[in-house]
Amino acid sequence: MCMDVPVPQDYLLSTNELCFERDGRRLFEGINLRLKAGEMVLIEGPNGCGKTTLMRLLTTLLSPTSGALCYRGEPLEKVRYEYLADLLYIGHQSAVKLALSAEENLAWMAASEGIHDPKSVRAALRSMGLGAVYDLPCHQLSAGQVRRVALSRLVLTRAKLWFLDEPLTALDTEGIGLITGRLQGHLDSGGAIVLISHQDLAIGAVRNYDLTKRCA
Amino acid sequence: MVTEVKKWQWFYRLGSPRWFYEITGRWLPWLLCAASLLLASGLFWGLLVAPPDARQGNSFRIIYLHVPAAILALVGYYIMALAGAVGLIWRIKMSFMVMKSAAPIGAALTFIALFTGAVWGKPSWGTYWVWDARITSMLILLFLYLGVLALQRAFSSAEMAYRASAILALVGTINIPIIYKSVDWWHTLHQPATLKLTSASSIHIDMLQPLIVMICGFYVFYVVALCLFTRAEIIRREATSAWVRALVSNESSR
Amino acid sequence: MARTPSFLAYVRRDVLLAYRRLGDTVAPLIFFTMVCTLVPLGLSPDPQRLSEIAPGIMWIMALLATLLSIERIFAFDFEDGSLEQLLIAPQLIALPVLAKIVAHWLVTGLPLTLLSPLLAMTLSLPTSAYPAMLLSLAIGSAYLSAVGAVGASLTVSLGRGGLLLPLLVVPLYMPIMIFGTATVFYAVDGLHWSGPLAAMGAMLCAALALCPLAAAAALRVTSA
Repeated sequence: MCMDVPVPQDYLLSTNELCFERDGRRLFEGINLRLKAGEMVLIEGPNGCGKTTLMRLLTTLLSPTSGALCYRGEPLEKVRYEYLADLLYIGHQSAVKLALSAEENLAWMAASEGIHDPKSVRAALRSMGLGAVYDLPCHQLSAGQVRRVALSRLVLTRAKLWFLDEPLTALDTEGIGLITGRLQGHLDSGGAIVLISHQDLAIGAVRNYDLTKRCA
Repeated sequence: MVTEVKKWQWFYRLGSPRWFYEITGRWLPWLLCAASLLLASGLFWGLLVAPPDARQGNSFRIIYLHVPAAILALVGYYIMALAGAVGLIWRIKMSFMVMKSAAPIGAALTFIALFTGAVWGKPSWGTYWVWDARITSMLILLFLYLGVLALQRAFSSAEMAYRASAILALVGTINIPIIYKSVDWWHTLHQPATLKLTSASSIHIDMLQPLIVMICGFYVFYVVALCLFTRAEIIRREATSAWVRALVSNESSR
Repeated sequence: MARTPSFLAYVRRDVLLAYRRLGDTVAPLIFFTMVCTLVPLGLSPDPQRLSEIAPGIMWIMALLATLLSIERIFAFDFEDGSLEQLLIAPQLIALPVLAKIVAHWLVTGLPLTLLSPLLAMTLSLPTSAYPAMLLSLAIGSAYLSAVGAVGASLTVSLGRGGLLLPLLVVPLYMPIMIFGTATVFYAVDGLHWSGPLAAMGAMLCAALALCPLAAAAALRVTSA
């Protein structure tokens, strides 16, 4: 069992006393996050308190020193692949290949989820305002446009759990508006989001999680 | 659940740096005595009592350093890799510390084996260096050690360095038999075996006995060195922990 | 359960990326050619002497050319975040790692092998030894890619241009080079060269089975 008190299945993600140490230095402890469908958590805290580290723990890129992660009430060791198949992570580095075009990049990201549909790839890029540049190699695009290429995954993905680490950097007001709308849409359709952002978002159901209190 | 914990308690206690530090502190004097006794008697026996070799005269006596060093250099690599594997599988930090400490000791022993081999080579082959199969294998072993040492020092995060170098040591372990076999084969390919070293089986019993004492002495010495290096590593890693601070303040107030 | 890209899709992607960065990709091949030119200049243009050392020279150069390029097998993916995405793909990571090894061989080892007869000719290697040389380089360079991938995965986060990777990998390359050159030497001497070649084949099989696992484990550690 993952927790002393059984976690209902409707918690997409829950953590139990998550603690992380690096080289003997405790970064944070006692992380008890719970995330239901339709909820968004905004991780807050000053620089260096471990926001990105927590994100990497939640996406299994790092393993916690102690504590457990549960997906739909099941411990992660049991449902690791199901969990990974249901999550989408966009980190600081956007995983966009500058040598490839926007279309090739997005087609690969979609293929990683088993979506092989050139038309919807094209449509997703158009909806992100990249309709005119979809066939240019990404090293010819601006930083904001490259960011948009990475974020156009959000249009296509079937993953329920989104982990977004500073998704709005380099985006202009229009881009921020587009993303905000997409996040809201995801929440409305029963998805869940964990977000790190220094910019305010115009989204209703945001729960703030202050990491400063958990820092050692 | 509780019994499960009890059953494995010794295992996890073994993984506690503090426990390791205290228990080795108690053993070290005895081990040190045993090592010096074995090494002193082995050297005395080998260098002064054992008869000179019929063909090589007194120059053969360097085997009393060369052979034990070579054996421990090779065994040391396996000890290092084993400690690394235990660390990786059971996530025991203590085991990684042992692994880290085994690397410089092993590299030093490999160097000693190579150096004494070269010194021995001058009177018996007329040159310090020949591309003999064993010497070449030993040289590659030194390279393997140097790789692990370099990787250990390359990372800013100690834990990452532990785990990465443990993986490298394991990869090296799989390769060592292949390296030895292939170098052996390569050597027979390029020059017929005319320069044959005295192999352990053809050695006279009077010469063999002190050699065995020396090998035992080197084994104990290896354990002593490993304990000392590991204790230093523990202090370095656990410097912020309460028990190390208490230890240091005790030492300085004494 | 979401489907992940097939093995071939991963290979195709890496080959495409190598093609888009053609300058980087052909650099090791040009290096291979140029250094082989150094040999007659530095040693002697005498065909007799050159043909004696040609097998060894070819193999050492192939090894160096692989070393020059193996770092890139994960470096770009680490820099742009693709590696993170790979590590959280819902599948065994060893599979895409193996695909990357195959792709690396396709853009480095294979062209190098195909280029080798040209260089062998300039080094006066007897033509009878060409089949042995081609096969030994083809198998050997695949081994170099597989073992090199482990070294590259261990050093991926240490910044580029380091001297560390060759230091880790060269000792592991020594056995395959012994068998590789021996295969060609046997052929030059008119002996049956299937023995050392079979040993190389066995080593390649073991490397292809184990190296992706080791590299995948190392990537989890070093890119954390």
